[in-house]
Amino acid sequence: MRKEVPLIITFLAGFFFIADYFIPHTGFSNIAADVNGWAIIVLAFSYILGVGNVLRINAQRIAKKEKDWVLKVILVLCLFFMLGIGIFGGIAEGSIFDWFFVNTYTPMQATMFALLAFFIASAAFRAFRVRTTQAALLAITAVLVMIGRVPIGETIWKSFPDFTEWIMGVPQLAGKRAILIGAALGAISTGLKVITGLERTYMGQD
Amino acid sequence: MNKRKFCLVAVIALIALNFFALVLSAQEASTSPATPSDSRWFDTNRFNVFITLAIVFGAILWFIGRAKKGKSLFVRRIAGLDAIEEAVGRATEMGKSVLYIPGIHDMNDIQTVASMIILGNVAKTIARYDIPLIVPIRMPFVVPVAEEAVRQGYSSAGRLDAFVKDNIRFISDEQFAYAAAVSGIMLRERPAANLLLGSFYAESLLLAETGASTGAIQVAGTANIHQLPFFIVACDYTLIGEELFAASAYLSREPKLLGSLKGSDLAKAVIVLAIILGTILETAGVKWFTKLFIVQ
Repeated sequence: MRKEVPLIITFLAGFFFIADYFIPHTGFSNIAADVNGWAIIVLAFSYILGVGNVLRINAQRIAKKEKDWVLKVILVLCLFFMLGIGIFGGIAEGSIFDWFFVNTYTPMQATMFALLAFFIASAAFRAFRVRTTQAALLAITAVLVMIGRVPIGETIWKSFPDFTEWIMGVPQLAGKRAILIGAALGAISTGLKVITGLERTYMGQD
Repeated sequence: MNKRKFCLVAVIALIALNFFALVLSAQEASTSPATPSDSRWFDTNRFNVFITLAIVFGAILWFIGRAKKGKSLFVRRIAGLDAIEEAVGRATEMGKSVLYIPGIHDMNDIQTVASMIILGNVAKTIARYDIPLIVPIRMPFVVPVAEEAVRQGYSSAGRLDAFVKDNIRFISDEQFAYAAAVSGIMLRERPAANLLLGSFYAESLLLAETGASTGAIQVAGTANIHQLPFFIVACDYTLIGEELFAASAYLSREPKLLGSLKGSDLAKAVIVLAIILGTILETAGVKWFTKLFIVQ
């Protein structure tokens, strides 16, 4: 039963949404919208599982006073604090929840995002070390594209920006589209395997 | 009728009943004067997509049938997938854990589904070596699926006793909170191998560079083309696009799954031929062929 029921649901849901793409009938589209609504409700309930997972894992570590257990206490307290002020005070603009979110989480998020600038520099340094012919081609193309996209490029050679656009629009785009086509076919193949029940690993035990 | 069949019929009846209720409510909605209605049962503008999909599905099913009959199917070597075994071996030698990051999207993303399939195979390999497998997760819906995939892997290897449920951890559904927490796991627990397989966005480089700084062997894979360059420069091996979807067939070597791989390869060959033919005809000024592929 653990296999058959999920397989039937997956099969019906899969082919239903494929059919939805080809059937523009209003009645059918309304059903699809309702089924999508069910999915959102199920997803919302999954957050209870998520919170349960966080509490279970951290409570055990706090109880055993494992390494950094104080940080786990702070995590659990913050979780309940934000949950409490969100439930009792609302999450609208100007609420206490919103104040905490904007003044604590948003700057921390921006800090993490800002780290990307440094990581891009270190990654670029590694990528542009010319060790092979391919690496040399990559470095030369990157330098040409960079020069073509700044004003000095046009000063050096009037057609530099057009040449850069050609690199981006023809060879680069061709490669990108080849990967996209392959990935799309892979996605269709995986989808079909899941819908028809050929691929069952994700379902767990028999 | 035994209990098993009864339950099956009950579930199907329940689904059918719900569907019937939906049809009724949808019919009411469609007959209300405020809703602009469409009475067509097939969108002829999408006939070309239907035909293409039918060809792809047909090719996949045909090759699966061939594989079932025992025909041998060749699959080229994928270095990134071979490296997973190597990475697990290295982690075993060092007595350290393996970190598996299944991307940041929910189960409605096919890349996450593919990642869960790979996770099951990876868990099976790891169970044999008896080292910890840590799986940090961003979306809560993925948690039970990952738990089941890992449990299945350990069970298949006959090591269900070694399965640690607490190593499958829900982190946060906020993208950068998740990236910060996973970077923290990399720096504190120092896994010997990081496997980043699934759908990634701006956090890809943050995770891959942090992992590289810890000296871990890294295998990444995604179909999000904008993140591929980051993985290629920061990771030891990268699965590019379709290789991520081919992983389950490649790792399990199951004939049915290898058949599906061959089917999509045939579809790819047809697309390449169509592109070449389209380029020639378009250059010659013949427009009807390219118009066949316009999707409205």
